[in-house]
Amino acid sequence: MSSAAPAEVQAAVEDQDSVVAILRARWVAIRSGDVGSLPVIIGIIAIALFFNSKTSLFFSAVNFQNLIGQMAGVTVIAIGVVFVLLIGEIDLSIGFVSGLGGVAVAYFQQAGTGHQYPGLVALGLAILTGLVIGLIQGSIIAFIGVPSFVVTLAGLLVSQGLILQILGTQGVIGIQNVQINDISNYVLSKNTGWIVAIILTVALAAAAFGSYVSRLRAGLPTGNLFLVVVRVAFFGGVAFAAVYVCNRAKPRPGLPLVGLIVVFLVVLGGYVASRTTFGRHVYAVGGNAEATRRAGINVKLIRILVFMISGAMAAMGGVILASRLNGISLESAGGGTILLDSISAAVIGGVSLFGGRGRVSGALFGGLIIGMVANGIDLVGYSDAIKFITTGVILLAAVTLDTVLRRRQAAAGR
Amino acid sequence: MNATPTPTLELRGVSKNFGSVQALQDVDFEVRQGEVMALVGDNGAGKSTLIKCVAGIYSIDGGQIFFEGEPVTIHGPKDAAKLGIEVVYQDLALCDNLDVVQNMYLGREAHDPVFRLREAPMERRTAETLKSLSVTTIRSVRQPVATLSGGQRQSVAVARAVLWNNKLVFLDEPTAALGVAQTRQVLDLVKRLAEQGLAVVLVSHNLVDVFEVANRITVLRLGRNVGVYERSKTNEQEIVEAITFGAPAPEEVVA
Repeated sequence: MSSAAPAEVQAAVEDQDSVVAILRARWVAIRSGDVGSLPVIIGIIAIALFFNSKTSLFFSAVNFQNLIGQMAGVTVIAIGVVFVLLIGEIDLSIGFVSGLGGVAVAYFQQAGTGHQYPGLVALGLAILTGLVIGLIQGSIIAFIGVPSFVVTLAGLLVSQGLILQILGTQGVIGIQNVQINDISNYVLSKNTGWIVAIILTVALAAAAFGSYVSRLRAGLPTGNLFLVVVRVAFFGGVAFAAVYVCNRAKPRPGLPLVGLIVVFLVVLGGYVASRTTFGRHVYAVGGNAEATRRAGINVKLIRILVFMISGAMAAMGGVILASRLNGISLESAGGGTILLDSISAAVIGGVSLFGGRGRVSGALFGGLIIGMVANGIDLVGYSDAIKFITTGVILLAAVTLDTVLRRRQAAAGR
Repeated sequence: MNATPTPTLELRGVSKNFGSVQALQDVDFEVRQGEVMALVGDNGAGKSTLIKCVAGIYSIDGGQIFFEGEPVTIHGPKDAAKLGIEVVYQDLALCDNLDVVQNMYLGREAHDPVFRLREAPMERRTAETLKSLSVTTIRSVRQPVATLSGGQRQSVAVARAVLWNNKLVFLDEPTAALGVAQTRQVLDLVKRLAEQGLAVVLVSHNLVDVFEVANRITVLRLGRNVGVYERSKTNEQEIVEAITFGAPAPEEVVA
């Protein structure tokens, strides 16, 4: 038996890189509950087709450009939510922390006051605000063991109070600073857009082939080169298509800068989560915190850092939202559906509420679905009632799917 | 078996109290390189306490621990790990959502100076380690542990001990939750660990398993030594009596 084994292993290694074998393995994984981003991609296509059948405006260039701006804030906040959900916790404060981020950026650029700073400094201070809130919440959760639900609920109330306190007298702070307003409102020139698309595609190709070559050198299963090419071509094609469409938008043709910021943060977050030791430990804490502790990992530190990421991303999202409105007011600061939209985006994007499963790119897919529903319903002229009900049904479907898949995966194990 | 003069681990007169309860009283214990030492006893005999003292979870109240002939003090799990002691607990301490490689390297990931994971060497060494232990039933080292069977999960937990070049491995009830075929897999694995030159301590209630793989058997009862038995010179009947009533031989009976 032991002499036959190496031959079998060898055969398996050669086999598992063929296209057929990879697709078959994928199919087995899907049936045992590991569906990846399949449901969310089907959802995006279905929603797009539905709204396209209702109004021709949905697939117009200007609406695509508009959609990028609408979904940016929530998507960035959702990146932080992904990290929190991965360790099996929840952060309810993100809505008003984002409001606080918006207030901070507006406050620190106010002309004629003692606290006017350059735009990027104001941006840095807003993100610092989020980091500090995350540090405080995370420390209470990690060291004292108060459930994150309660700690961040308190954080939600405190943040809301701070916003009222700061905005109280005027109720609104306008943003005159050009740098800050450019975050959400600047569009790249047509040619810059093309250059960005080229750089993104080249970087993607370099990363994909780099990992292919390093695995080949190490004598490990590499996956199929053809499928690697298909992937690169697909995502590169998406980048070029986005630039092409945005360049046809009227009256301000060009790729919105904020779209680039969102892609950058999603890629950065995805890199941290899947390619660094920190990211590995985040998944481990969500999978089995006790095992992680026994493996000698500082679980408390991981928890605190994750809540700091959540706070920083919420503040950044808040800056994007404030920038889009050229100011911050009591109505726009963190209230409304921001909290629930952000958590929904992460969950719809396939991130499990039970911890340890999901990807940062889920924030982008989920943010896109929520953005498309809101955008499409506004275009068609349905009421807000329909918008809430639709978003609620999609969220419920996503969580139900997650629960069912989890059970199926557990059953496949034994 | 490699008869080394100095045992890998030796406990001399070790005691451990929890308040007024004496969990271990003056216990001696040893295990040598390349040997499987079984540690048996009824519930409350002190097996778990002994493991936790060596693993650094409890500190001992009396006696001394020697590792490869040198007296050592073990203050925490990190001290135990530094000496080369690995404990595979009953609940395995694996992360279901991570794959085999990720679990094997958990907390000790290979990375470059900016904490970027170096997946290729980790994956290669995992595959090599599993192969060296003849664990051939795991189809891909990149599948999540959640999709593995109980025996395969146990194999991963044990292989983790080997990967880190440990000298001494404690296995706490490794076959308790397994079916017949999987128990066979794990027992074979235990034998291979000893063949690779590790000192192995097998804690088990299952005397059939114990007689299958152990070279010697240490019996504890109510926190005290009953005796150490050579497998070739004893039988299940004698061990059962030792576990239940204490020392069977009249001249060794303690009042």
